Amino acid sequence: MKTQLSSKPGDQIVLAHGGGGQLTDELLRDIILPRLDEPPLETMLDSAILSPTGNDRLALTIDSYVVSPWKFPGGDIGRLAVCGSINDLAVVGARPVGLALSLVLTEGFEKSDLEHVMDSIEHAADEAGVNVVTGDTKVVGHDQGDGILITTSALGRISGSHTLNPDLVQPGDVLLINGPVGDHGLAVMMAREMPRMQTAVRSDVAPLNGLIEHLLDELGHAIVFMRDPTRSGLAGTLADLARSAALHIVIHESDIPVRPETRHAADLLGLDVLESANEGKFLMVVRPHAAGKALHLLHQHQLGQDAAIIGKVDDDESLAGVCELLTDIGGRRVLTKPYGEQLPRIC
Amino acid sequence: MNHRRIDLAQALEQLRQAAAALPAQLPTAVFMEVCGTHTMAAFRCGLHSLMPHNVSLLSGPGCPVCVTAQGDIDLLIELAADRPVTLCTYGDMMRVPGHHGSLEKVRGQGADVRIVYSATDAVRFATDHPDKQIVFAAIGFETTAPATAAAVKSAADLNLKNFSVLSLHKRVMPALTALLSGGSVKINGLMLPGHVAVITGWQHFAPLVDRFKIPCVVSGFEPVHMAASLATLAEMTLEQRADLVNLYPEAVTAEGNLVAQRLIDHVFQPCVVRWRGLCDIPDSGLELRPAFQSFDAMRRYALVRPADDENHACICGKVITGSAQPADCKLFANGCTPVHPLGPCMVSSEGTCAAWFKHRRNK
Repeated sequence: MKTQLSSKPGDQIVLAHGGGGQLTDELLRDIILPRLDEPPLETMLDSAILSPTGNDRLALTIDSYVVSPWKFPGGDIGRLAVCGSINDLAVVGARPVGLALSLVLTEGFEKSDLEHVMDSIEHAADEAGVNVVTGDTKVVGHDQGDGILITTSALGRISGSHTLNPDLVQPGDVLLINGPVGDHGLAVMMAREMPRMQTAVRSDVAPLNGLIEHLLDELGHAIVFMRDPTRSGLAGTLADLARSAALHIVIHESDIPVRPETRHAADLLGLDVLESANEGKFLMVVRPHAAGKALHLLHQHQLGQDAAIIGKVDDDESLAGVCELLTDIGGRRVLTKPYGEQLPRIC
Repeated sequence: MNHRRIDLAQALEQLRQAAAALPAQLPTAVFMEVCGTHTMAAFRCGLHSLMPHNVSLLSGPGCPVCVTAQGDIDLLIELAADRPVTLCTYGDMMRVPGHHGSLEKVRGQGADVRIVYSATDAVRFATDHPDKQIVFAAIGFETTAPATAAAVKSAADLNLKNFSVLSLHKRVMPALTALLSGGSVKINGLMLPGHVAVITGWQHFAPLVDRFKIPCVVSGFEPVHMAASLATLAEMTLEQRADLVNLYPEAVTAEGNLVAQRLIDHVFQPCVVRWRGLCDIPDSGLELRPAFQSFDAMRRYALVRPADDENHACICGKVITGSAQPADCKLFANGCTPVHPLGPCMVSSEGTCAAWFKHRRNK
């Protein structure tokens, strides 16, 4: 007997529990949140807001990063670890105050590789205008890890009384994305699954705080909600938003920007670009009167050059809680949150 | 045979016209696609929402993963969990449940299960790791069988001692024949799998038309292909005509890919195989020929298929053929759900039962 099978299937954690999809939700709902006296999953934002009311509030977020391979076209785990936490702050409207960094290294990891990762962390933190203010380093045996694991926690400040929340979303509101989707997920999958293949797909990993601060300054309360569509992709973020806002959202597939090379990689790997991770994108919901200005402002910024208006919230009560995709050919389908781990379709 | 080229709007208009003319005694024309890629393509483009109300497209037993019997999944799990092997599989197989969990779950418990993109990757893994025993979970219809055959042949040429194959390959024609012979089938036409037909050739499907007098269209995978196929099926239904039409001539010939066919025939022979939710279907599987038996994981690891392992309450066989609806099943949403599926129509994320479940939940 090589592996001890449990008497009941489903008793163990599987990879998909960490995929940011339906199984992650199940784990949070069934095991984690009930013991932490936390609000329901549906109301959770990307960062916790420590004093929910008032004019000068703190926001706190934490995230662990495991990615194989640790270096991929367009970035590496160091850049990812900084941008991920900064972006989680940015989408709740917080400016970063400081970053905490924890490294778990596996014995045998090359020092030169660690230098590479630390250089990336330094550059990304510079770009985001934040300092790493505290940290920790541990090393585990070579059979206990896979090279390098990074945890970052970021503290931010929200000035003013502006809150961003799915509850504020109303029929008529407009949805925008700041550029092509699926690049990060597919760049990593191509690097992992088809390392011999030349590909132009590059991760979009980037700190979004500068762009988002600019938009908040210019548009203020016209922005009602933002979220970065990371692991479960744009599809997961939109399905979550429709459910938590309890409204019907209609997205136009032909308006969603996707790079041709990314679409090609998705076809090759049997994956869906809408379910692939992004690390430099955010979905923004704005009041209808501000949509044009929002798009104009996005287009002026390097990280929003290919931004697009992709859809709208409507008042169809029979479809409240559902996000529908109006497809390229005029068909309709419901967008759902992916299950967890992205598995390629071959057969 | 007729070869026509039209655009999507034309195809949909043609479908609407044919559907509008369908006689009152046929309230709904039911067509069936028998290819998982058609199922996914139709779902992704929202084709169903564009179809006239009196035309419906059912998902037949076209997803080779979904129709893999629970007992066969158990064999893979047994291999990965209990034997000193590395199991290489297509990603499609990871979540498909057997009686005792899935490959995803045994991997979580420490079993060495790796996702590969081709049978050749598994052979390469075997040559790179002479210290490990590699078993390739060979799955799929005539589309992936040639790649498995090529891999087995190259393993034989390399005299590889650490590579074997658990063949779960299936053949489309015997399954369709068994389905249509069932009697209670409420299907007015078949949308035949373009990718399989690339290998087998369209002539391979001619006996369906001759024997069952059912309209058949070999279809490609773009929305325009599928819409045109539905239109042609509706027209044939209207005209009470049963022909075999190839609407994918850019890829499918009459005789198919002879090299691939010879390769399959060289390495494999037809065998009886069990289909999840259906039954044992003669000649619908592919097993290694005696000359390649040393690569057969069933023999190498003395695996035994369970005699009868199906859940008899499952009525997927009827759902697939349109003679029952998911809600008629005692297991539907009651022991059989998308997260814990039992039958093939729930295993496939776009299978008829899974689609019903999602729709109901969203309401």
